[in-house]
Parts: sequence; C-alpha cells; structure tokens
Amino acid sequence: MLSWEYILQQLFNGVVVGAMYALLALGMTVIYGILRLIHFAHGALITVGAFCSYLCFMKLGVPFIATIFIVIAFGAFTGIILDVVAYKKVVGGPEVTLLITSLGFYIFIENFMKLVVSPQPYPFHPPEFLTKIYSNGITFRAIDIFTIVVSIAIMVAFQMFIKKTKMGKAMIATAENAEAARMVGINTNRIISIAFIVASAIAAITGFMWGAKYGQISYDMGFIAGVNAFVAIVIGGVGSIPGAMVGGFVLGMLSMFSVAFLPPGFAAFRDGIVFFILIIILIVKPSGIFGQKAAI
Amino acid sequence: MFHLEKNRTLLAVIALVVLFFGLWVAKATLSKYVVYIITLIGVYIVASVSLNLTNGYTGLFSLGHAGFMAVGAYTASLLTFPVKLRTIFALSPLPTILGGAEFQWPFLPAVLMGGLAASVLALVVGIPVLRLRGHYLAVASLGLMIVITALAINLRDITRGSIGINSIPKYTNIWWSYAWALVTTYVIWRIVNSSFGRAMKAIREDETAAQIQGINLLKYKLLSFAIGAFFAGIAGGLYAHHTGAIRPYAFSFNLTFQIVIMVVIGGQGTISGPAVGALILTALRYILKPVEESMQIYGLIELIYASLLILIMMFKPEGIMGRRASRART
Repeated sequence: MLSWEYILQQLFNGVVVGAMYALLALGMTVIYGILRLIHFAHGALITVGAFCSYLCFMKLGVPFIATIFIVIAFGAFTGIILDVVAYKKVVGGPEVTLLITSLGFYIFIENFMKLVVSPQPYPFHPPEFLTKIYSNGITFRAIDIFTIVVSIAIMVAFQMFIKKTKMGKAMIATAENAEAARMVGINTNRIISIAFIVASAIAAITGFMWGAKYGQISYDMGFIAGVNAFVAIVIGGVGSIPGAMVGGFVLGMLSMFSVAFLPPGFAAFRDGIVFFILIIILIVKPSGIFGQKAAI
Repeated sequence: MFHLEKNRTLLAVIALVVLFFGLWVAKATLSKYVVYIITLIGVYIVASVSLNLTNGYTGLFSLGHAGFMAVGAYTASLLTFPVKLRTIFALSPLPTILGGAEFQWPFLPAVLMGGLAASVLALVVGIPVLRLRGHYLAVASLGLMIVITALAINLRDITRGSIGINSIPKYTNIWWSYAWALVTTYVIWRIVNSSFGRAMKAIREDETAAQIQGINLLKYKLLSFAIGAFFAGIAGGLYAHHTGAIRPYAFSFNLTFQIVIMVVIGGQGTISGPAVGALILTALRYILKPVEESMQIYGLIELIYASLLILIMMFKPEGIMGRRASRART
C-alpha cells in the first residue's frame, strides 16, 4: 500500500501545489511587509488571472505565449487599480482600515466575477503540449513541470530583484522601517505601487497555473487559495521572503499528505486541516521557520 | 436641579416604550413578510452589536462570527427539536446528560446553551491565537469558520450534513428578537463603560501602553472575543428558530462579511452604529432582492455591499454614527 512510488508521487504533487502557494505567499508577504496588511484581495487576483487566460486562450484564440504576457499585464493593471483606488486613499489610517478595505475588494472582485461569468464553474483546457501525460514510476503532466519551473524562475528572479537592484533594496528598507526609508529619500509611495504591481502580476499568472492544474475555474476559487497563502506565510515566518516560499512548499506538501495518508474520511476536511496546522504553528512556534522571535 | 443621570434613565425608558410600541404597531398592521424582516433585523442587531465588542472596542479583527452563529444555531436547534420528529429526520435522540431521549428543551435555555457552546469554542481558539500581536485572529477565525462549516457538512449523524436541519420550531418572534437585541446592547454598553471596557479600549489604542498600565492583554482580549462569540451563538439560535431551517452553507463567509460590514458602516466602537448598520443593510438587502431576482444578476447585493464598504473606508472610515475625533490615530 505505502510503496515508495506512492510516497514519491504524493511528494511530487505536494511540490506542484506548494509551488503555487509559494508564489501567492510571496506576493502577500511583500505587501504584508510594507503595509502590515493581510491582503485578502490577493486571492481574488488568481480568479482574475484564471478567467483572463480562459478568455484570451480559449475564447479568443490568442497564442499561448501571448496569453501569458496578457495575463501578467492584466494582473499588474489590476494591481495598479487596487493601489490607486483603494490603498492610496486609506493608507495612514489605523491598520484595520486597510484590512477592511482589502476584504471589501475581495468581495467586490468575487461578486463582480460572479455577475460577469455566472456562478457555474468553467472547464479549463490548457494548451495541448501542457496536458501530455508522462508515466515513469511517478505520473505527471507537462503542466506540473511547467508550474515548478516557472515558479522557481519567478522566485529566483524576485530574489535577484530584491538583492541586486536599487528598487529591490529600497523595498526591503521600506518594509523594515518606512519612516526611516522616507528619510533617506526613498519614495515609499512608489515602492508600495511597485509591490502591488509585482505581487498582483505573480498572482495572476498563478491563476493560470491553478486553472491548468485543476482543469476547472470558478468565481470563488481564490478564497481558499488566498487564505491558505497566508497560512503559508505564518508557517514560513511572517515578514520573511524566503520564509514565504518555503512555507508555501511546506503547506502544499502537508495538505497533500494529509489527504494521501490519513484515512479517507479526513479528505472532506482538507481545508480544515490547513487551519488546524495554522493553530498548531501559532501554539508551538508563532515566529515560523524563518521569523524572528521579536515578532511576538 | 437638572440631573443628567436621572434624565438619562428616563430617556432610556421612554425610548424603550416607544420602541416596543412601534414593534407592537408594526406587528399588528404590517404584512407577515415585513414582520419577518423586522424580526430578522433584531437578530442581526444581536450579531453586529456583539461583533462590535471584539472588532470595534478591542481592536481585534474577528472574521469568525458566522462560525459562532453556526455553533449556536446547531446547538440550540438540536436541543429544541421536537421528540416526535427526531426519528423521521434521522436525528439521534439527546444523550442522557442533556435530558435523555424523551426531553425537548425549552427555547430560552437552549439558546443560552448555544451561546455558551460558542463562547467555549472561542476560548479554545482564542488562547493560542490572541497571545500574539498583529491580525492573526483575522485569518485564524476565518479558518475556524471554515472548519465549522466542514464539520457541519461531514458530521452527518448529528447535523444531517449538507441537507441541514429543517422543521425547527419557529419560536423566535419579534419580541424574542428585540428583547435579545436590547439585552445584548445593554450588556455591551455596560461592559464598555466599565473598567473592563476601558481596558479593552486601551488595548485597541496601544497594546504596549496598555500593558505598561498593568492590563493583562490576553485576559481582556479573550474576554472580549468570548463575549462576542456568546452573543453570536445567541444570534445563531434566534436565527435558526426564526427561519426554521439551517444549512451549513448559510453560515458561510458571506454571513460573516455581512455582519462585519454592518459594524463598519454603522461605526466601529459606537453603541448605536452596529444597530443602525444592521437596520440599513438588512433593509437594503430586501429592497434589492426583487431587483436581483427579476434581472437574474446574482451577486448584485454583495457587490453593492462591498462597494459601500470600500466607499465608507475611503471617505468616512469611522462609519455613519462614528465621530472622527474618537478614532484619531496615526
């Protein structure tokens, strides 16, 4: 029953799902770092990205590569809207104001999608070459490899951006101390905008992968994904960018393993198990894997 | 001389008399459907006023109110469910400790039990989560709500799964609903004007400063969360006995969001705000419902709610009843 192949297969599935969580958590943690905001609306962006790619690729017949770029651009554009319309207006108030606004945007986007696309789920067919099935010990589709490769590429690129470019360093400085960053001449408003644009673009492309992986998209797909991404952040350590990525992978594997290795009756509780993990982390090690103790 | 205190009591009594006279007139003259909505507003007032203690006065941000309402609703309706109907509905009889198979709980104790169950749950979840600073509670309470919904769907022997429970006796009338609304408002009002309430507000304004003053952060946060959950459980019990049917999906994120938005639009940290919010938004929902159904645009109500929330946050974040000065803080 518990053969090595089965375990490897689950490990692989966990990595694929984890890669998507890691991408979402990456964007969320950047925004959390700068604004101290649990960005609920982040989850809605994967819905936007998924439906955007559905529209472009499946309805309008745009070539695959162009679709990817359109999705990224559209995600970035949504990020700009979020930033300009909402957060710029409310920033500086109590932290909870931001949180409520973000919640409002989540509900707004979700119900806007519901209005536009109808509440039924849509089948999502990725391009031919991504659906090819390989079976060689473990079974996987090309989309799984695509997800892992693209995710790791994005993460490496992001890490380079943070470490090597002036803009990235300014972002770190703003996250550490916004006031001091302003004092040394960093335009923190611009940094916030950049953070929203980058995070939203990443979330939108994750939406494509999510749809391709599960073969189905619906207006409320972003809810659990977004909340899980925050759990991933807590696992990795709030405020740590490598932590968010590692947390994403850990969460992906934990949720896969909990379905694969627990008795079948537990499968219905898959979403619940994630929060069980959250509570346990908050009891045992609230600072997460990479977090600093001072966060408590 | 002019006694302010005495005057206030008199005013309160007059307001009460006017309110109940108004309710009596409404019940006597208006159609059943309108009375149904008015009663529902009372239930929402219980929920929103209690959420305000947690979110508005203590500055925590709980998104689990629908979950606590679900706990209260299921507990209360399982207790009051008629003995005769239990076998038909495939509900197991009450265990001996709760009165045995032949026992049907009266309404009031059953609702109270629902509230109690919700607040015990709040304590269990609150102890690990509320030790921490930051908005962990937002996500953890949301998670709790999802877990509760999953339990309600999967514990088929107790809750009948996703079909839900129907034929719950409809005990909640306009009097029960508004009596509970009054009790809730009074209790919350007494709490926020006591040393407890001042400690909670101190925590909202600045946790470190409150701690320096010797305020036990965990204790007050927990109390606030558990009392909020207690009344949420009550609201759930009232809701179940008002609609007569409950399903796990009724207590979803949408319900939590509705209650949060009532509090925010009415004014966080004000006594009258959440009640005003509950009144406006519930009325708005039932005004818009025919529009939504006739035009077949589902999601319209939530869309309008969300837009209202965003607009309020942008232009008047203290809410309709709030004063700007009271929440001035950078």
